[in-house]
Amino acid sequence: MGLFDRHAGLLDAYRDVRTTGADPFQIRMERVLSPTEAIINGKTCLTVGTNNYFGLTFDPSCMQAAIDAIQAEGTGTTGSRIANGSYSEHVALEQEIAEFYGKKHCMVFTTGYQANLGVISTLVGQDDFLLIDADSHASIYDACKQTQAEVVRFKHNDPASLDARLRRLKDKNGGDKPGNRLVVLEGIYSMLGDSAPLKEFVEVCKKYGAYVLVDEAHSLGALGDNGRGLCESAGVLDDCHFIVGTFSKTLGAIGGYCVSNDPDFDILRVTTRAYMFTASLPPSIVASVRQALRVVRTRGAELRQQLWDNVHTLYDGLVAQGFKLGPEYGPVVGVHLPDRMMAIGFWRAMLDAGIYVNVAVPPATPNGVSLLRCSLCAVHTKEQLQHMIEVMTGIGRQMGVIGPQLKVAGGSR
Amino acid sequence: MIVENDGTSVLLRRVPVRGEVMAEICTQLAPFRTSDTQVIRGETAISKDLAIDSLAVMDMVMELEDRFDVSIPMNVVAEIQTVDELADTILKLAARR
Ligand SMILES: Cc1ncc(COP(=O)(O)O)c(C=O)c1O
Repeated sequence: MGLFDRHAGLLDAYRDVRTTGADPFQIRMERVLSPTEAIINGKTCLTVGTNNYFGLTFDPSCMQAAIDAIQAEGTGTTGSRIANGSYSEHVALEQEIAEFYGKKHCMVFTTGYQANLGVISTLVGQDDFLLIDADSHASIYDACKQTQAEVVRFKHNDPASLDARLRRLKDKNGGDKPGNRLVVLEGIYSMLGDSAPLKEFVEVCKKYGAYVLVDEAHSLGALGDNGRGLCESAGVLDDCHFIVGTFSKTLGAIGGYCVSNDPDFDILRVTTRAYMFTASLPPSIVASVRQALRVVRTRGAELRQQLWDNVHTLYDGLVAQGFKLGPEYGPVVGVHLPDRMMAIGFWRAMLDAGIYVNVAVPPATPNGVSLLRCSLCAVHTKEQLQHMIEVMTGIGRQMGVIGPQLKVAGGSR
Repeated sequence: MIVENDGTSVLLRRVPVRGEVMAEICTQLAPFRTSDTQVIRGETAISKDLAIDSLAVMDMVMELEDRFDVSIPMNVVAEIQTVDELADTILKLAARR
């Protein structure tokens, strides 16, 4: 058997995708012009799939901070913080994030993926239990492969399903099974844009004495009066033992973090391999992220309002035209399409019309659904979004997804 | 026998007999039969013989867990190949309860 034979099934599916003419997984942004526009295939396109929720990638103050940092401290750190030491700016960034959440400790990672991978796999070990939502992000699933703990999945956004699983761990051998339980949830789920019923989940965790970790990758800035995410908007910041997040979305750069009040938290710095054995963030990134966090603190309310106005414009506009969307409003808007080929065809027709969104197909999606995944930006204009709705309505009618010959979109959840 | 409805599926809290477990697995796997494997048997290899991906396997396991009130850790699921092995695992966990 050849090395690549095991991927035969995926290769077939991938070939199907490519024969449609454009390959969504190898799209080239010839030039990114702004948070909402890029040149693709020689044409200026509207981008509605970049997770750039506050549009800070081109914020002049963040850009200037990065430029100044490069001039002062060079382009890279060329090593990990364990081997080469921390720059004072790494430490300052950690203090600022901890302060932002009102938590005692913060650890910064080189990506959000590594933050989840490292923290989750290290927090639990032999004899412990890791309980994850069925629709968890790949970084959480990968952490499950690295840990010695037993991993149990519960139904997506279903506190009763978590309760049943924690109860079974308690029931085992007629008494409490030894070992810690860590429950992992996400603020906003990246494919359909729905939020965890966090308050209910926290109640269940308290009942069984389980630790709670929330990944706020898509909810930083977008939720909560101060933009801290779902933990804040659900009023359970103090009950969430660990909050993980990323710099790659709302903060417009790259990197990840975890905050906690646990007094022994810093031991993770010498036990977490995804922290210890990779180079630390370069000065320019640390500087732009620190500035972006300042923007969130000072102008967050205004940007959040703009973002949510845009969410309502797009979501309501698409629903009015008969599209089937994710279950709730959110900065990620997932549009259900009946199958993989329809999703790819729709995606491609939108690109031809000058609009870039993401396409998400199995196995990267929950329950085998096929989606156009749109993510909104505070600086999208109403006109841009109205135009997008018109274009999608036209394509939707042509393809028979909506309109007179209404087809039922598959993959209901 | 205590049968309790938790809203999504009927929960069986006594130790099930093998026939019940096999029947439930076959029901869960029925949608994934192929032209080569139209009848599901004990020796049917779940991922190999049926048109089911790993995510759907895990979803099916979640349904079985709720039906028989057991938790099958993901690393244990990964080792299971056949319908018989899956049934054995459920029976073993239910008996230990
Ligand atoms: C839910 C979730 N967690 C973590 C990550 C990883 O973030 P990063 O891009 O910083 O690696 C992402 C984004 O891909 C995500 O969607």
